[in-house]
Amino acid sequence: MKAFQYTRATTQQSAIDAIAKPGTKIIAGGTNLIDLMKRGVIAPDKLVDINQLPLNSISVNKLGHLHIGALALNSAVAEANLVKDLQPLLAMALNAGASPQLRNMATVGGNMMQRTRCAYFYDTTMPCNKREPGSGCGAIGGYSRMHAIFGASDKCIAVHPSDMCVALAALDATVTVSGRKGQRLIPFTEFHRLPGEHPEMDNTLAPGELITGISIPHNNFAKNSYYLKIRDRQSYAFALTSVAAALEISNGTIKQARLAMGGVAHKPWRLFDAEKALVGKPATEESFKQVAEIAMQGAKAYEYNKFKLKLAPATLVEALKHAAGLV
Amino acid sequence: MKVKEIIGQITNDIMTNDPMTKEGLSRVDGRLKVTGQAKYSAEYKVKDLVYGVLVGSTIAKGTIKSIDTKKAEAAPGVLSVLTCFNAPKIPGYQTDTPSPKGPLKIFYNDQVYFNGQPIALVVADTFERALFAASRVSAVYESGPHQTNLKDNISTAVAPGRGKDFVKGVEDTWNTAPVKIQQEYTIPTEVHNPMELHATIARWDADDKITVYTKTQGVKSTQRSIAQAFKLPPENVQVTAPFVGGAFGAALRTWPHEIAAVLAAKVTGKPVKLVLSRADMFTSVGYRPYTWQKVSIGANPDGKLFGITHEATGQSSVYEDFTEGVVNISQLMYASPNINTRYKIVSLNVNTPTPMRGPGEATGAFALESAMDELSYQLNIDPIDFRMRNYAETDPGNDKPYSSKYLSDAYKIGAEKIGWSNRNQKPGAVTENGWLAGYGMAAGMFGAHRSSATVLARMMADGTLVLQTAVTDIGPGTGTAMVSIASEVMGIPAEKIKFDMGDSSLPPSPTQGGSQITSTVGSAVHDACVELKEKFKSMAGNTDASNYTQILKQQNLDKLEVTTSSKGGAEQGKYAMYSWSVHFMKVLVHPTTGVVKINKAISVADAGLIISPKTARSQMIGGTIMGIGMALTEEAIIDHRYGRLVNNNFADYHVPVQADIPQVEAYFVNKPDTILNPIGAKGMGEIATIGVAAAVANAVYNATGKRVRDLPITPDKLV
Ligand SMILES: Cc1cc2nc3c(=O)[nH]c(=O)nc-3n(C[C@H](O)[C@H](O)[C@H](O)COP(=O)(O)OP(=O)(O)OC[C@H]3O[C@@H](n4cnc5c(N)ncnc54)[C@H](O)[C@@H]3O)c2cc1C
Ligand code: SF4
Repeated sequence: MKAFQYTRATTQQSAIDAIAKPGTKIIAGGTNLIDLMKRGVIAPDKLVDINQLPLNSISVNKLGHLHIGALALNSAVAEANLVKDLQPLLAMALNAGASPQLRNMATVGGNMMQRTRCAYFYDTTMPCNKREPGSGCGAIGGYSRMHAIFGASDKCIAVHPSDMCVALAALDATVTVSGRKGQRLIPFTEFHRLPGEHPEMDNTLAPGELITGISIPHNNFAKNSYYLKIRDRQSYAFALTSVAAALEISNGTIKQARLAMGGVAHKPWRLFDAEKALVGKPATEESFKQVAEIAMQGAKAYEYNKFKLKLAPATLVEALKHAAGLV
Repeated sequence: MKVKEIIGQITNDIMTNDPMTKEGLSRVDGRLKVTGQAKYSAEYKVKDLVYGVLVGSTIAKGTIKSIDTKKAEAAPGVLSVLTCFNAPKIPGYQTDTPSPKGPLKIFYNDQVYFNGQPIALVVADTFERALFAASRVSAVYESGPHQTNLKDNISTAVAPGRGKDFVKGVEDTWNTAPVKIQQEYTIPTEVHNPMELHATIARWDADDKITVYTKTQGVKSTQRSIAQAFKLPPENVQVTAPFVGGAFGAALRTWPHEIAAVLAAKVTGKPVKLVLSRADMFTSVGYRPYTWQKVSIGANPDGKLFGITHEATGQSSVYEDFTEGVVNISQLMYASPNINTRYKIVSLNVNTPTPMRGPGEATGAFALESAMDELSYQLNIDPIDFRMRNYAETDPGNDKPYSSKYLSDAYKIGAEKIGWSNRNQKPGAVTENGWLAGYGMAAGMFGAHRSSATVLARMMADGTLVLQTAVTDIGPGTGTAMVSIASEVMGIPAEKIKFDMGDSSLPPSPTQGGSQITSTVGSAVHDACVELKEKFKSMAGNTDASNYTQILKQQNLDKLEVTTSSKGGAEQGKYAMYSWSVHFMKVLVHPTTGVVKINKAISVADAGLIISPKTARSQMIGGTIMGIGMALTEEAIIDHRYGRLVNNNFADYHVPVQADIPQVEAYFVNKPDTILNPIGAKGMGEIATIGVAAAVANAVYNATGKRVRDLPITPDKLV
C-alpha cells in the first residue's frame, strides 16, 4: 500500500472541493476501498473521510417517497422500520449481502460504488481492462464462473457485485449527486453502466461528484416483494444469480411488476420486457415461467458460467413465486 | 440383518454409555483462549523486533534472471531484502549428493517451480513498511511452459515409491460379478486454512543459539529441522508453541518461510517476525491435493462383494513427491475376496501438498463410499444393510483380528439419531415444503496409533501435580484430556494439575497429527502417574498412600517426580487397530436452483473410551463441519493459463459459515480398546472428517437422483 494523506471533511462543500483534485478518493465505510488499496489495485494519494457529513438520515416525505442518505449504514437501512414497512425488498437485499460486520461498516454510497469482484481485477499480475485499460481481459478465456451473461463486451465481462443495487434498480430509485457544478439526479438504472469500450468506468458519476443520497418513489409492492440470492454458501458469498421481484397483485392478477437481476451483468439488470409481460397475467408459476423465457433473451454465457443460463431463470421464477406468496 | 432389526438392536448399554450424559472437564485453557491471554506465535513481545514480508513469483515455471531490489531497499525502514542472489548459504541445504527431489529450499537457486513461490523476503522496522517495500520488488524471468492441470497431464502419472500396487485375490476381477459399477470421482484442491495464520518469530541469542516461536504441530520436529538447516546442535534451538490456532496438518513440517525467518534474523542481527498473509497460506503451507479416482466394484445379487478396484492419481509438485493413502481405505474397509488398488502421482507446477485432516482417507472415502452407495441402489439394498453384509470381522488385508471394532454399533446409533427409517430408497421421491429431501450415510476409518512419548510427573509439596511433555495442542483439547487422565489416576481434582507443553525443552512427545496424541501421550501420562503413585506407595509405610502432601512432609521433600517413557509393545504387530466413524446426513435440495442445505448431520465414532467428553464432542463436530466444507463449498481454483490461483482469499475460497451448518450432533460408542493402550482410547481427529463428503453426496443423490462425483457440490452442478 502506498503512503497516503488522510483528511476528514466536515462539510459537503469541503468534500466536493477535496475530491476535485486528481488522486483523491472518498472513504466511507472503507470495506471495499481499503481492500483495493492493500492489493495495489488503486493507490490514491489522499483519502477524504466523509463519515462526519450529515448524510445518514432515513426519512419519508408526504408523497411517501423514501429518502436515504449516502452515509446510512447498510445495517441501519436494513433494520429501519420505515424501510421494512415501505420497501421491504431493499431490506431483504441488504441482508443478503456480505456479513453483519461488513454491513455495520458499509454505507449506501459505498455499496453503489463498490468495484467488481472479478479475480483478475484484484490480481495486479493479471491482465484486466478495467484496472489497466488496454491490458486485456483475464476473465475471457479464463475463470469466468462468476461473470456476466448479459450486456458484456469483448473488453470486459465482469458483474456488479451489489445486492442492494439490484433492489434499488427494481424499485425505480433515483440517485442524488453533488459536484462543483451543483446537484443532479440520476435514475438508478442509469447510474451503473455497461462495459462497452470503457470497462474502467463502472458508472456515470462524473469525476468530482459526491453521492448524497437515494430516493425511492412510493409504490404498492410492499406486500409482494422478494429478494432471492443463489450463492455457493448460505451466507457471506457473492451472488451466482439473484433476483429482486416486486409485484402489485389484485385478485390474483398482476397489476404491476418490477424485476431486476444480480450477478448477471456489469450493472443491476433490470428486466423491463419481462415486467411488461407480467402485467395482466395471473400470479401463477405458469406466468412466471413464461416471463423467465422473455427475461433470458439475449443471454450469452462463457466457458464456466453456462449454468447461469439455467440458474438465472430458475432464480427468477422462484423469486416471483415467493413474491406472489406461492411458497 | 434388516435395517429395522439393526436399529431395533440399539441397546440401552450404548445409550447409557453416551459420554455426553457424563460430566466432562471444560477446556482447561478455555478461559485463556476466550479472554485473549493465550499467546500465539505472532503475539510474543520480543525486544527490537523487525518484520518480514515475502514476495511471491508471478510465473509458474522458469528462471529468475534478475530481481530489482533497489526501490525496496531505498524505501523507509528497510533493513534487508533477501533473494536467491544475495542470501547467505543455508548450511543444511548444501549436500554432497544432492537428491533430485525434496522440500523446497528457499532462496537456494534461481529456479521457479510454481506461481507464488517466495523469491524475496523484505525485512523492515515495521510491518507496514515491509509490506510497502515488498510491493516495490520486481523480478525479470525467463518463463518456461508450466503444467498445473492434473487432468491434462494424467498420462504422465507415475507410481511413487511408497504407493505399491495392492492385490488381494485376483486383480481387476470386479468386472466378472453380476452386479457392478465403475465410476470416476474428483476432489479439488482444498486448503487447510486454519484461522491462525502461520507465524514465526526467530531470534538468535548467540552465534549458535536461537529461539523460535512458531506455529507448529511438533516443537521437537521443528527443533530438529531448524537445527539441521543451520547445522546447530538441536538443544541450541529452542522452539516454543504452547498454543496453536488450528493446523489440520498444515503445520506438520517446517516450511521454507520458517527457515527464511531464521535466516533473516541472522542477516539483520535482529529478531524477525514473519506472518504469512491469507494469500500466502494457499501457496506456502500445503493443501489437500486435487485427486482423480476411479472405483470399480462388483457384487453378487445378494449384496456380497466380489471385487473392489480402486485407482487414484493425485497431484504433487515438480520438486517433491507427495503421497498419501488415498486408496488404503478400499484395502481395509470391507470384506471382499478380491481387492486391488493403484496409486499414482502427477508432478505439476504447484507447491507440494501436505496431509490435511484425514489425509488420503478423506479423499479415498469420498470415492469408495459414494461407489458403495451407487451400488446399493443398483442392488436395491439399503446402504446400511449393504455395508453390514460386507462387514469385515477381521482386517480384509491381512486377516489380523481387530484390537476393537464397534462400527456396527455406530451404524445403529447414527441410524436412530438421523431417523433413517424415514428414508425412501427411491431417489427424488420425497419433498418437504417444496424442497427435495434425502438421507445419506458413509463410513470412515483411520489407523489407531500409539507411538512413544515421555512425560515428567512431579508432585509439589502443596499438592499441585505438574505434568510436562513437549506435545502441542492444535485445538482438540490435548491439555484437557491429559489433565482428565492424570486426575483419574492420581485421584486429585483437575484444578490441582498443571500441564506444561509446546516447548522443545520438555521431555519428547510426537508431533500432533495422525490421531495418535491421546493414545500416545495419554498413555504416557497414565504410566507416569501410575509410577508416581507407586513411588508414593513405597514411601507411605502404613499411612494413606494417596495423601501426597502428607507423605512429602513426612519425608521432608519439596517434591517427588518421575520421568516415564511409554510406548506400544508386541500387540502392535498382532492386531489390526483402527478408529471408525459413520456420518449420517439429511439434506434438502431445491429442485430448480440446486441449492443444498444440510438439514441434520449426525456423526458417530468408535474411538475407544472417550477421555474428555466435551472436547471430544467439539472435535468431532469440527471435523464434520470440515467435511461439509469439502462436500459443498471448498475448492482452490487455478487459472491454468497462468498457473495461478484465482480465489486465494476468504471472500472467494468458501469455508462453510454458520448458515451452512445445522445442528451437528456427535455421538460415541465409547467402549474401550483394551489392547491398543492402557487408557482404552483410540484416535478421533481424522475419522471426524473421513466419510463426511460421501455422506453428503449420497444424501444429495437420495434427494434428487443426481449423482455428483466432482466436489464441491455447488448449485451449478444440480441446476
Ligand atoms: C468479503 C466481502 C464480502 C462482501 N459480500 C457482499 C455481498 O455479498 N453483497 C454485496 O452487495 N456486497 C458485498 N460486499 C461489498 C460491500 O457491500 C461493500 O464493500 C460496501 O458496501 C462498500 O461500502 P463502504 O461504505 O465500505 O465503501 P468504501 O469502501 O468506503 O468505498 C467504496 C467506493 O465508494 C466510493 N464512495 C463511498 N462513498 C461515496 C459517496 N458518498 N459518493 C461517491 N463515492 C463514494 C469510495 O471512494 C470508494 O471508491 C462484500 C465485501 C467484502 C469485503
Ligand atoms: S472481466 Fe472486466 S474486470 Fe474482469 S478481467 Fe475482464 S476486464 Fe477485468
